[in-house]
Amino acid sequence: MHNQQLFTHYQLDSAWDEMLDSNGLPRSHYAELVQRIEQSTAQEIAQRQQSADDTFLAQGVTFTVYGHEDGTEKIFPFDLLPRILTAAEWRQIEQGLIQRITALNMFLHDIYHDEHILNDGVVPRDLVYSCRHYRREMRGVTVPRDVYINVTGSDLVRLPNGRFAVLEDNLRVPSGVSYMLVNRQMSKRVFPQLFERYNVQPIEQYGQILLNTLRSLAPHTSDPMVVLLTPGSYNSAYFEHTYLARQMGIPLVEGRDLAVHNNVVYMRTTNGLQRIDVIYRRIDDDFVDQLVFRPDSILGVPGLLHAYRAGNVAIANALGTGVADDKALYAYVPAMIRYYSGQDPIIDNVETYLLSDARQRQHVLNNLNKLVVKAVGESGGYGMLIGPHSTAAQQAEFAQRIVADPRGYIAQPTLQLSRAPCVIDSHLEARHVDLRPYILYGDQVTVVPGGLTRVALTRGSLVVNSSQGGGSKDTWVLYDDA
Amino acid sequence: MAMLSRVADSLYWMSRYLERAEHTTRLLDVTLHQLIDVDPVLSQQRWLRLWQSLQYQDPEHGSLIPQPVVQLFTADSQYSDAIISTITAARENARQVREHISSEMWEQINRLYLDMRQQISNQQWQQDPHRFYATIKSGSHLFQGITDATMSHGEGWDFIQIGRAVERANNTANLLLSHTSALQASQQDGRMHHAEWIGLLKMCSAFEAYCKVHTPDVTPQRLVFFLLYDAEFPRSVRFSADTILQAVARITRRNGQLRTGRPQRAAGQFQAMLEYGNIEEQLLNLAHDLHQIQHGCFQIDTSLRESHIAYTIDTALMA
Repeated sequence: MHNQQLFTHYQLDSAWDEMLDSNGLPRSHYAELVQRIEQSTAQEIAQRQQSADDTFLAQGVTFTVYGHEDGTEKIFPFDLLPRILTAAEWRQIEQGLIQRITALNMFLHDIYHDEHILNDGVVPRDLVYSCRHYRREMRGVTVPRDVYINVTGSDLVRLPNGRFAVLEDNLRVPSGVSYMLVNRQMSKRVFPQLFERYNVQPIEQYGQILLNTLRSLAPHTSDPMVVLLTPGSYNSAYFEHTYLARQMGIPLVEGRDLAVHNNVVYMRTTNGLQRIDVIYRRIDDDFVDQLVFRPDSILGVPGLLHAYRAGNVAIANALGTGVADDKALYAYVPAMIRYYSGQDPIIDNVETYLLSDARQRQHVLNNLNKLVVKAVGESGGYGMLIGPHSTAAQQAEFAQRIVADPRGYIAQPTLQLSRAPCVIDSHLEARHVDLRPYILYGDQVTVVPGGLTRVALTRGSLVVNSSQGGGSKDTWVLYDDA
Repeated sequence: MAMLSRVADSLYWMSRYLERAEHTTRLLDVTLHQLIDVDPVLSQQRWLRLWQSLQYQDPEHGSLIPQPVVQLFTADSQYSDAIISTITAARENARQVREHISSEMWEQINRLYLDMRQQISNQQWQQDPHRFYATIKSGSHLFQGITDATMSHGEGWDFIQIGRAVERANNTANLLLSHTSALQASQQDGRMHHAEWIGLLKMCSAFEAYCKVHTPDVTPQRLVFFLLYDAEFPRSVRFSADTILQAVARITRRNGQLRTGRPQRAAGQFQAMLEYGNIEEQLLNLAHDLHQIQHGCFQIDTSLRESHIAYTIDTALMA
């Protein structure tokens, strides 16, 4: 295959390569894809890429980049070549995520009720109470089915030894699932015959499962009115909100469409007020109710929390889930799994240094040029230092911030994310990728077979976030060979 | 299921803004075309009337230099009634309600927007304004056709119909208001400015339809009658009034009689005024009649908003 021009730029290094083994030969589940590429010309690949991009722009499959005056809508760059996972690889991911999400949910219920895990000293009490996303307002509140995290999207990375590890849990309002769904439509169009031959597990049922999950939360009725609450069309994920509302056939509402009267939530329709039973909210805790949380929020619904506590409306995800998403508490997730289930974690954590511990802090400060430092409450690739790619000035700035607020940061080793082939200027190059599968939790836990494979499109870059120049590709989870 | 008030509002304004863009486009296109017949006095009057009909008041642009005015009404995004602004606003409203319009509608209005941005940013529109205006007009027509063919003719569709009809009726009234004194003078002194009146008809896409009824023999009285009272021509005010009345009746039927008394009355009065109205020969009451039409549009707009869109929680809970 190395005589093929398309592959001349494709090089292996110490990272795990999704397509090629250490001898430079295609892994067996990639063989057909490689063969298909070898039959294509660079021109054909470029044309297909262009037509995919045009289609996304015309359909408005875009996200908004903050801080740009003009042309704020960008397409999330789509890479043509699917990332392929075998049934065996997927089974491990699925079981590991179910185990992990179940434990995290038990943890949330526990810390807002009896606090067994804190009383037993497994998780330090002060770490929970000092978390910015801990909500006192949720103490003793019963949430439907005792499920707090109805929709999650865990970020997995694959390490050089080929094993997956969880990098972040994303228990608040994870986004990106719409790209998983549109990427699948696109890859079926680009490689129809290949897709057919590959025997890929479907993901199109996501909307239906999500709707069933939401309906299962309804407090008093078997025929609930379910709505999706969006911050509005200026939000970066607005496309996704419209897409999901349409997939489920439910109204897409903004805070100004809702009103609370006598602890009941209504929406304003052309025919008067209509009662709401379940809210799939895509707004952060801080903004949902200006009477209780941020008074300057214009996105929320005054009185919503009271209606929620009164049990008149279900909210997914529950309020206060961000505490289990805190990057310092992340370090304790394996302990939570052992505590609640008595099992060892199926998927590993990434080694994490807690900076409130003096010894670990000193080690991190001495090695800032090798480590990744993250703010505990941030997401989306904001508030991070990637040691090996940073300047001395940036390291000094983070050192200062860490000393001033040790609880506010954690550090992790710089991970060699696995790499997958991407179309770059009409030929193939290897780029770092991660994987975000989506997990739904209503009357049962379901992991949709696939996920969003995010790509760091800049050569050598390890940052895959869409807001930071990342792209994505479709993820094919195969059935077992019959 | 009843529709969100905000959604109805966005559909209504999407439709109004697109109609406004199309109207401005036709006015500019026809005026630029007329300029080919050079008559300095006439052309000054034309520009003045163009401004009046687009309700533009700004002393800074008082010197009546055509090019900057065309630029202003076409491509100045600071000016809220410019084509660039109204197309952007229409598309922005569509974007807010993407899950309520068909994908085909969204793709068309998005394509129209992207085409327009491109032709404006690369200055192509200035090299061939006629072609640019043709793009906008056909883009708008295509959107209306796609809307009729792909969207359910339910409540959202009705708000779209009302938005377009209210905007169209109001624009036609404005256009005739700016020509009122010229029309009256011509009717009284018997001097016919054929090119002028043909231009006026063309601004409403009405010339061909007019000829089929009256032949190209254009008199001010017939012209005004046609644009206001013709029952069959889709851009006459009468036709808009019929559209509004029917759509309001459907909305009322769907939502019950609860709170819809006022829009129905406003639409009924408006329609009656146009169905049974007439024009006396000297056109002396024309300005008054046109103001009545504008007032009717205003009443319909307000009553719809107060009944279906921006009602208070108290009134809703009482009902």
